[in-house]
Amino acid sequence: MAAAAAGPGPGSGTGDSPEGPEAEAPERRRKAHGMLKIYYGLSEGESAGRPAGSDPLDPTDLNGAHFDPEVYLDKLRRECPLAQLMDSETDMVRQIRALDSDMQTLVYENYNKFISATDTIRKMKNDFRKMEDEMDRLATNMAVITDFSARISATLQDRHERITKLAGVHALLRKLQFLFELPSCLTKCVELGAYGQAVRYQGRARAVLQQYQHLPSFRAIQDDCQVITARLAQQLRQRFREGGSGAPEQAECVELLLALGEPAEELCDEFLANARGRLEAELRSLEAELGPSPPAPDVLEFTDHGGSGFVGGLCQVASAYQELFAAQGAAGAEKLTAFAQELGGRYFALVERRLAQEQGSGDNSLLVRALDRFHRRLRAPGALLAAAGLAEAATEIVERVARERLGHHLQGLRAAFLGCLTDVRQALAAPRLAGKEGPGLAELLANVASSILSHIKASLAAVHLFTAKEVSFSNKPYFRGEFCSQGVREGLIVGFIRSMCQTAQSFCDSPGEKGGATPPALLLLLSRLCLDYETATISYILTLTDEQFLVQDQSPVTPVSTLCAEARETARRLLTHYVKVQGLVISQMLRKSVETRDWLSTLEPRNVRAVMKRVVEDTTAIDVQVGLLYEEGVRKAQSSDSSKRTFSVYSSSRQQGRYAPSYTPSAPMDTNLLSNIQKLFSERIDVFSPVEFNKVSVLTGIIKISLKTLLECVRLRTFGRFGLQQVQVDCHFLQLYLWRFVADEELVHLLLDEVVASAALRCPDPVPMEPSVVEVICERG
Amino acid sequence: MEDDAPVIYGLEFQARALTPQTAETDAIRFLVGTQSLKYDNQIHIIDFDDENNIINKNVLLHQVGEIWHISTSPADRGVLATCYNKPSDSKVLTCAAVWRMPKELEPGSHESPDDSSSTAHTLELLCHLDNTAHGSMACVTWEPTGDGKRVISLADNHILLWDLQESSSQAVLASSASLEGKGQLKFTSGRWSPHHTGTQVATANDTTIRGWDTRSMSQIYCIENAHGQLVRDLDFNPNKQYYLASCGDDCKVKFWDTRNVTEPVKTLEEHSHWVWNVRYNHSHDQLVLTGSSDSRVILTNMVSISSEPFGHLVDDDDLSDQEERRPEEKSQEPPQDSVIATYEEHEDSVYAVDWSSADPWLFASLSYDGRLVINRVPRALKYHILL
Repeated sequence: MAAAAAGPGPGSGTGDSPEGPEAEAPERRRKAHGMLKIYYGLSEGESAGRPAGSDPLDPTDLNGAHFDPEVYLDKLRRECPLAQLMDSETDMVRQIRALDSDMQTLVYENYNKFISATDTIRKMKNDFRKMEDEMDRLATNMAVITDFSARISATLQDRHERITKLAGVHALLRKLQFLFELPSCLTKCVELGAYGQAVRYQGRARAVLQQYQHLPSFRAIQDDCQVITARLAQQLRQRFREGGSGAPEQAECVELLLALGEPAEELCDEFLANARGRLEAELRSLEAELGPSPPAPDVLEFTDHGGSGFVGGLCQVASAYQELFAAQGAAGAEKLTAFAQELGGRYFALVERRLAQEQGSGDNSLLVRALDRFHRRLRAPGALLAAAGLAEAATEIVERVARERLGHHLQGLRAAFLGCLTDVRQALAAPRLAGKEGPGLAELLANVASSILSHIKASLAAVHLFTAKEVSFSNKPYFRGEFCSQGVREGLIVGFIRSMCQTAQSFCDSPGEKGGATPPALLLLLSRLCLDYETATISYILTLTDEQFLVQDQSPVTPVSTLCAEARETARRLLTHYVKVQGLVISQMLRKSVETRDWLSTLEPRNVRAVMKRVVEDTTAIDVQVGLLYEEGVRKAQSSDSSKRTFSVYSSSRQQGRYAPSYTPSAPMDTNLLSNIQKLFSERIDVFSPVEFNKVSVLTGIIKISLKTLLECVRLRTFGRFGLQQVQVDCHFLQLYLWRFVADEELVHLLLDEVVASAALRCPDPVPMEPSVVEVICERG
Repeated sequence: MEDDAPVIYGLEFQARALTPQTAETDAIRFLVGTQSLKYDNQIHIIDFDDENNIINKNVLLHQVGEIWHISTSPADRGVLATCYNKPSDSKVLTCAAVWRMPKELEPGSHESPDDSSSTAHTLELLCHLDNTAHGSMACVTWEPTGDGKRVISLADNHILLWDLQESSSQAVLASSASLEGKGQLKFTSGRWSPHHTGTQVATANDTTIRGWDTRSMSQIYCIENAHGQLVRDLDFNPNKQYYLASCGDDCKVKFWDTRNVTEPVKTLEEHSHWVWNVRYNHSHDQLVLTGSSDSRVILTNMVSISSEPFGHLVDDDDLSDQEERRPEEKSQEPPQDSVIATYEEHEDSVYAVDWSSADPWLFASLSYDGRLVINRVPRALKYHILL
């Protein structure tokens, strides 16, 4: 036990410092042991070794950490026999000796190492002391250097500032020099025409001068500069105004002027004013061409002139302006638009005046070409200046001219128609050749018809030019639609036909009442003309028109049937009027003959009165006249067999058979009765009834009117015996000659019978003449 | 309707002269003068019994000659004037005279119509309108509103104003005027205007209408070429003082405003031969009657130029509730001038038409063959006008 305790004593004494109380020794030893073990890389378990499964806390384990020698000894004594004890004691001694020698070696080694370490440390100590000294020295040196450096800096500071200042002054001086030289420089530039350079200089100096203008010297420079700049600006403007030097130069001028700070608006205005001057000159020259006195150039030349001069100029101006002042935005564009509108308006006014002068002339092709040029020319500025509406205005003018043209042609057609009528009148009024009955009405009619037709065709052809393909405005909607349908078809053709009808109808009205104003032949001719129009010409003309002007417009047009109806109505009215006029002429003759004669004291009739012959003559003449233009028509007598028979019986036997009963001296009652009975079987006679379009109907109308007049006049008179007989003779004479003209000869008989019967009634002493005598007288007459 | 059928009366002789008895306002009575060269002429007094549709006639002998024109005094029912041809061998002269009917034929005393139809009475001559210096009388017209003391007669180219004195037994020529001009001017017709207190007369000669002032016997207005041919007759609108209707040989009826004579106000052309007569209805001046030698009588509604262009004007006081709708109805159909009816009962020329003085809805027409037709305005129209 004591050995064991003494054993580790020297060991521990070498490893650790001698200090440390005995009580704590095992624990400390163990601790140091552990640390070493860690140092040598041995785990506690490994170092414990042998009994692997033994409890580390086993106090009996020699190598265990919790070894308790008492417990161990106790255990050994109790368990082991003596031999074993002896063995273990020798084993143990051997182990202790081995351990002691190991320990001695270790201590020795450690001791050497410690000694060398101590030597090294001592050497190091010396070295460091030396180094400290050097470091101290370095610090002192550094301090000195710093000191010096600071001193040098302090010394140089002053000079550096001065240099900087001097450099500043130098730059300033150079600027100043530039400024002072500026006026002369500018002048030189201006003189040399290097406007661009001058403007650049001026631009550079301007701000400075502006800033220092309160200094007198700078002020002076500025003033000088301003003067020069003003001159420069003036020169630039001068060039600008001259303008003619071409757009690029002008653009440069404008650019420079803008750079000079000239107000852009003013420039715009000036530019436009400048342009206005030129364009107005153009306009004036155009106006001069218009002037009343000099023979105006033809309209084509005029529009050419206007197109190249004014419109070209306007185009140039507009494009230049748009280039130059593109930056001006909407305000600038508006100005230009207003400008273009105003001048364009004046131009249009001039053109319209010129075109108005053209209205009188008949040459459409020239006008259309002129309009075409005019319209074409205005397309360019129209495209440039859409807002100014020049193209639209031009189209409008063209349309207006076209309309006026249509009106002009309508007037022309009317005038032609009236001219034809005048010709016809003259031809009718011309002294007739002896024996020849009037001029050939049929010829006249043909002449009139063909002349009017050719006029219409000429007008159509002339108007057609407006819609020719190569004409620039022909594809405008107006010319494609309205012009064709409303303008040409309705306005011109239908309008003309209507006005023709109206003109014709006007002959039926007031002046015709007094007779004579309108020659009856003219009425007849017009009536036939209208009838021809109704049957053929109208539809022909309208077809022609529709073909030439492919009417695409959907607007309603007057149908052919309406026009035909109008023409027919006109023809009917004219013919009716003709009948009235002619009837009036004859009935006036008859009336005068009845009214002016003293029927009471007349002598026994020897002759047919001259007036009756005249009536027959005139009727024959009318018959011939109407026959020239109208067909024969249907006679009742020829329409059926029975009437034919009546006719033959009548014409042969009527003198004996028919007249006899009414002329036998009888009471007036009887005659009255007889005539009443006759009336019962005859139809009422419409004296002024509408006529049909044939000769017989016309003649029937005229004769009806005449005979009815005769009847009424006879009833107003009182007749002597011979007066009655004269009437008898006259009526018989009329009967002999008039029946052939009328549709229904019964009518003539009836009326004449009534005349004679009325005369008999108006006679206090009615003694009729012997029919045979009457016959003889009539045949002799 | 039965009542609307025309009543026809036949005379034995030709006739052209017809007049209502102007002074008679109760009985419907027309006077017709005949034309016969061989027999004694007559004046038939036609009484029409409206209720029974019966005609009563009285015949007066007019022995001095055939009657061309007849007119009755507006004041005295018994007095009438005729223009007649004196039969003579060598020449015809138309004279005028004022007559008085026999007392027993005056209204109220026709106790024995049966007898009177057979026995002919004779007229009592009051006086002659002496025309020896002036030529043939064309017509005699009485002062419409006067006391039957003043008449105007037209003789060739003279217009003569007579004062009838001492119960019309003496005619004194008060004043006269004459037309001067080329050729033989001859008045054909004349009317005395009911307006202007009877100071205006209108005459027609050839195609011209002239207005005269009876105080100075001077011309007031002149419508040259009023018609294309001879003007046959005139009539004044009884309610509109400046309106005048005329008709003539150009088959037209024209309406004139005498203040502006350049253009007629309206022209009608319905007849197919000369129009011999035109008459305004005495009460309802839109009704215009015309007679023509085409044997027709035409009644026309000229409402647009009448005094009642918008129909019968109802006073506000009279306008009761049930009548309030009426103006609307009327405004829906604006009045249109139109032919109301064409009467074709005649078979010869109609030379005279006239309205009854007693019944404004009744008129007579006379054709040359002696047929007198009495017609009424169609009932529908009558009610339309009245209501």
